[in-house]
Amino acid sequence: MTFKQLLAATCVVAFGAGAQADGVKVGMITTLSGGGAGLGIDVRDGFLLAVKGNDDIEVVIEDDQRKPDIAVQLADKMIQSEKVDVMTGIIWSNLAMAVVPAATAQGKFYLSPNAGPSALAGKGCHQNYFNVSWQNDAFSEAAGTALSGEAGKVFLMAPNYPAGQDIMAGFKRTYQGEIAAEVYTKLGQTDYAAEIAQMRASDADQIYFFLPGGMGISFMKQYAGSGVDKPVSGPAFSFDQGILGAIGDAAVGAKNTAHWSKDLDVPGNAEFVAAFQEEFGRLPSIYAAQGYDTGLLLASAAAKADVDDADAFRAALKEADFQSVRGKFSFAANHHPVQDIYLREVIKEGDLVTNRIVGTAATDHSDPYGADCNL
Amino acid sequence: MTTLLLIEQVLNGLQSGIMLFLMAAGLTLIFGVMGLINLAHGSLYMIGAFAAAAVAAATGSFLLALFASLVAAAAAGVVIELAVIRRLYDRDHLDQVLATFALILILSEGTRWLFGSFPLYLDVPSVLAGPVTLPGGIAYPAYRLVIILVGLAVAAGLFLLIGRTRIGIQIRAGEADREMIAALGVNISALYTLVFALGAALAGLAGALVGAIQSVQVGMGEPVLILAFVVIVIGGIGSIKGALVGALLVGLTDTLGGVLLPLALGGIMDASSATSIGSAIASMLIYVLMAVVLIFRPTGLYGTA
Repeated sequence: MTFKQLLAATCVVAFGAGAQADGVKVGMITTLSGGGAGLGIDVRDGFLLAVKGNDDIEVVIEDDQRKPDIAVQLADKMIQSEKVDVMTGIIWSNLAMAVVPAATAQGKFYLSPNAGPSALAGKGCHQNYFNVSWQNDAFSEAAGTALSGEAGKVFLMAPNYPAGQDIMAGFKRTYQGEIAAEVYTKLGQTDYAAEIAQMRASDADQIYFFLPGGMGISFMKQYAGSGVDKPVSGPAFSFDQGILGAIGDAAVGAKNTAHWSKDLDVPGNAEFVAAFQEEFGRLPSIYAAQGYDTGLLLASAAAKADVDDADAFRAALKEADFQSVRGKFSFAANHHPVQDIYLREVIKEGDLVTNRIVGTAATDHSDPYGADCNL
Repeated sequence: MTTLLLIEQVLNGLQSGIMLFLMAAGLTLIFGVMGLINLAHGSLYMIGAFAAAAVAAATGSFLLALFASLVAAAAAGVVIELAVIRRLYDRDHLDQVLATFALILILSEGTRWLFGSFPLYLDVPSVLAGPVTLPGGIAYPAYRLVIILVGLAVAAGLFLLIGRTRIGIQIRAGEADREMIAALGVNISALYTLVFALGAALAGLAGALVGAIQSVQVGMGEPVLILAFVVIVIGGIGSIKGALVGALLVGLTDTLGGVLLPLALGGIMDASSATSIGSAIASMLIYVLMAVVLIFRPTGLYGTA
């Protein structure tokens, strides 16, 4: 992987040239190639935008290719030879489960810009693990509440991996109504003909699905061509900016839940959207917003405390003293977010397919697993 | 589970099998004739899909897009064969794996450099966008039906090409004895370039056809490549007939297994764990199928030792 190393080295030179010896060294392991690359690239770009020009923060970036074994190797390399202080970047829950417990056990801080598996929010919580995105169940718990009473019988579909199971568990926890069927697909599956046939044959009134990245594109295009006309909804991952362009009109009208949207009217958000567009020539997604907030959180802690003083640095992180592009943001006792979750609808603005906020699905939402965490 | 649903699922299995056949045919041809393991076959599939998406975006015509996928993948195939593959015929398989793996990285990064990291938009033509009603009242997506027909037509064409034409005779002869047909005056290196381009074009066509209902993105060829290797191992290396039968077996097993296993397990455990355990087992089914075939026929269904 000489090319990737070269790329990583370039990033170090570009963003860390002015780093001082007492700055924070960040190791970012994220998905930059393969089926989930769009998500990792957005997290990376959002993060780099937030720490741009900050001489205290040096970033090393590596591509995990969405493979747990590669993520583990990269984590070892970052901890042992790169001597990073803080790690971040992982998109997928199965990779997070492979990397995070080992990294925190070795005294490193881990800031999750995306994955929020239930195991790390409850019994497996750790004082050095901070989740800046959500716990996996969060969007679906909010969606379950928002759809209760109007969706009828619901057909659930998600990939068979920790996040897929968490997200469906979240929906079932809050949805007041009948579940028509529950289907788990392969992670990375691209053909949904069999599942769509089951949807057609079922007596469900609505489809609720979680398929991030390319999986969501494939499903929505195939669903649109199948003639099945049950309404669809899901957490924002299935309808995010990075994939709406490829789905096209098939997604218009779909409801989804998220903690952020580009039209969210809070201080700093419009500036973030404009700066991201200026820098990268595309609209930011929720992943970009999460990467950006992760960068802001890290910068806020680095300005207050020396990372070598772990207790002070941890306390500085815990304060979450930064202006989130989501508006209010704080950490619960288990270092997972307390935040509002909105209901969004996919709309067409001219030629652009995008989301707008149509309501609030949950206020000051925090996850139910914190009760098992002994922090 | 109703009969109609079962028939629809069988059609789905056929359709995914036919698509796999387009990939596996090229792979098995190249392996059979030239003895070359080409890991970069999935990249040619990706090139076909990207070419189709780019041309469809520029012209709005799906037929032109399909044509572009054939031309682009075949042209990429010729360039790759002349520049790299040609040097690998006499090397052992490990060298071939290493070199063609490097090609995957180069082609993926090259595609990313040209088109960016985000998936491209390629839609099915509007006439095929909806479902059609088949006899018996099954509503089935028109586009998938067309994929089945196109795939069957390509399969028929391939059998005619290999079995009935002069060039087919040369290809089969090259498979049996390379030195002898060279001595008979056949330009063996031109023949190899042609076979490689043909295999590449088939992969490119599959990429474009599938890209319209899935996502056109960097790395889309790799998962298909693994399945295509399973197909040629089951069918027997070098056999087009084996590739067809193997692809249909894999397509049907994969589709029907994913639907029927969770249902079957639902009888003995609660619905939620039945679906998650059932789908976990279902994703292993094609490898179980491969193992079973290899136990009884170590060279594959139609393979010759």
